[in-house]
Amino acid sequence: MYEKPLPVVDPESAPYWSALKDKRLILKYCRDCGRHHFYPRALCPHCHSDALEWSDARGTGSIYSFTIARRPAGPAFKADAPYVVAVIDLDEGARMLTNIVIDDVEAVRIGQRVAVHFDAVTDDITLPKFKLA
Amino acid sequence: MGKPEAVIVGVADAALKDGKVLTPMSVLQLQALVARDALADAGIPMREVDGLLTAGMWGVPGPGQLATVTLSEYLGIVPRFVDGTNIGGSAFEAHVAHAAMAIEAGRCEVALITYGSLQRSEASRNLAGRPSVLTMQYETPWGMPTPVGGYALAAMRHMHEFGTTSEHLAEIAVATRKWAALNPGATNRGPLSIDDVLKSPMISDPLHLLDACLVTDGGGAIVMTSAAHAKALGRKAVHVRGYGEAHTHWTIAAMPDLARLTAAEVAGRDAFAMAGIGHDAIDVVELYDSFTITVLLTLEALGFCKRGEGGAFVAGQRTAPGGPFPLNTNGGGLSYAHPGMYGIFLLIEAVRQLRGECGERQIKDAVTALVHGTGGTLSSGATCILSTR
Repeated sequence: MYEKPLPVVDPESAPYWSALKDKRLILKYCRDCGRHHFYPRALCPHCHSDALEWSDARGTGSIYSFTIARRPAGPAFKADAPYVVAVIDLDEGARMLTNIVIDDVEAVRIGQRVAVHFDAVTDDITLPKFKLA
Repeated sequence: MGKPEAVIVGVADAALKDGKVLTPMSVLQLQALVARDALADAGIPMREVDGLLTAGMWGVPGPGQLATVTLSEYLGIVPRFVDGTNIGGSAFEAHVAHAAMAIEAGRCEVALITYGSLQRSEASRNLAGRPSVLTMQYETPWGMPTPVGGYALAAMRHMHEFGTTSEHLAEIAVATRKWAALNPGATNRGPLSIDDVLKSPMISDPLHLLDACLVTDGGGAIVMTSAAHAKALGRKAVHVRGYGEAHTHWTIAAMPDLARLTAAEVAGRDAFAMAGIGHDAIDVVELYDSFTITVLLTLEALGFCKRGEGGAFVAGQRTAPGGPFPLNTNGGGLSYAHPGMYGIFLLIEAVRQLRGECGERQIKDAVTALVHGTGGTLSSGATCILSTR
């Protein structure tokens, strides 16, 4: 039984979570300004165009910042502490919050290269996490 | 008679003991009692209040969803100007700005701003994160500790870019505690050293327990009216010389730059431009200190020092009593009180400093104060520049 909070999937986010279930990380891409964004929106947050399409991300990037959670975000995360919460700059230019999956949390540094790791936490939900590349 | 000029004419905060209100009460009762005290300070009866502004986390779901509506019903008033703007802990600096605009536009004559929280008494603080819906479905499932995690990400990035150290951050906690020692109303007044901060448990690297604000109750109220009304009442008026506000994100990954407080840059720029003064004219500064890093980022964003130089700016206890840059003179959210949305207490302290009521911690001849609130997770910023002339 998975007790941590799960995303509440809505019609807008359903394609994103559905792709993750198939081990694909997808981003919204703007045909007008040529930039990717995350999380997925109806209008490009850079140029406000609605000419958006889903595109497959390479699943690679680098650590923009991170913290080691010594105190968990509630009881459901207690057994995991200490764990790493990081903000990743994907190579497509989008930024996302995630976990770095690693045994030695002290080894994490800003700027390290990372690659996506698909964590199927339930039958329906796969969370994109990252490991050092 | 020309256009009215808005002023602050009354302030009050609820007394706390060990971070809790003195007797058990409801959050509406708390706000009514502190509103009564602020109105008494102003010399204005409740029945003359025709503007009501509030923000809080109480009564949700329930009557707090329409907070001004519930509060005006409870108080027995019919406001003709209301503002329930909730942008987190900076909401009250925005309320002062909005009330000033309303008074100067003739939309109300007496504006009451209130805040109440019983999070300590009710042990209602929720650290388990925000419900995983809408934008938070991309944040909550990964277990980021809230609110500290977002501030920790910012601190880590600032350290990476600029070489800021844990010692720099500890300087802020220590200087703030020295101010609290001079404030009989502060929650934590005992001695604190930089070593104490560095040896306190790491909660979310690089932030230690003593980099974080307190968790207390709190109630505060502010009364604003026209300068002409204040003069007729014979009350000392605090003028609102400038203000600004902005917000950039709530999910932390959407913050434009983790090492730079964009919202405060915008708010501060607008406030200084409106006031038509420079940084040298500011006698006392009250900045939201949810965490030590919040203060450091805000000092840079408001232009008191250059980007990346916040660490050097606070080093050597420059912001402590007797130092060249009096900062957070009531003891701040770090040592005075932090009831969840602290911004109203920054304003109350600034007004008391400008009225010369601060006893041992009084900044001599303080004429002009800058107040800056930060809300959400470094999300929103609102600046007020206040002065006695």
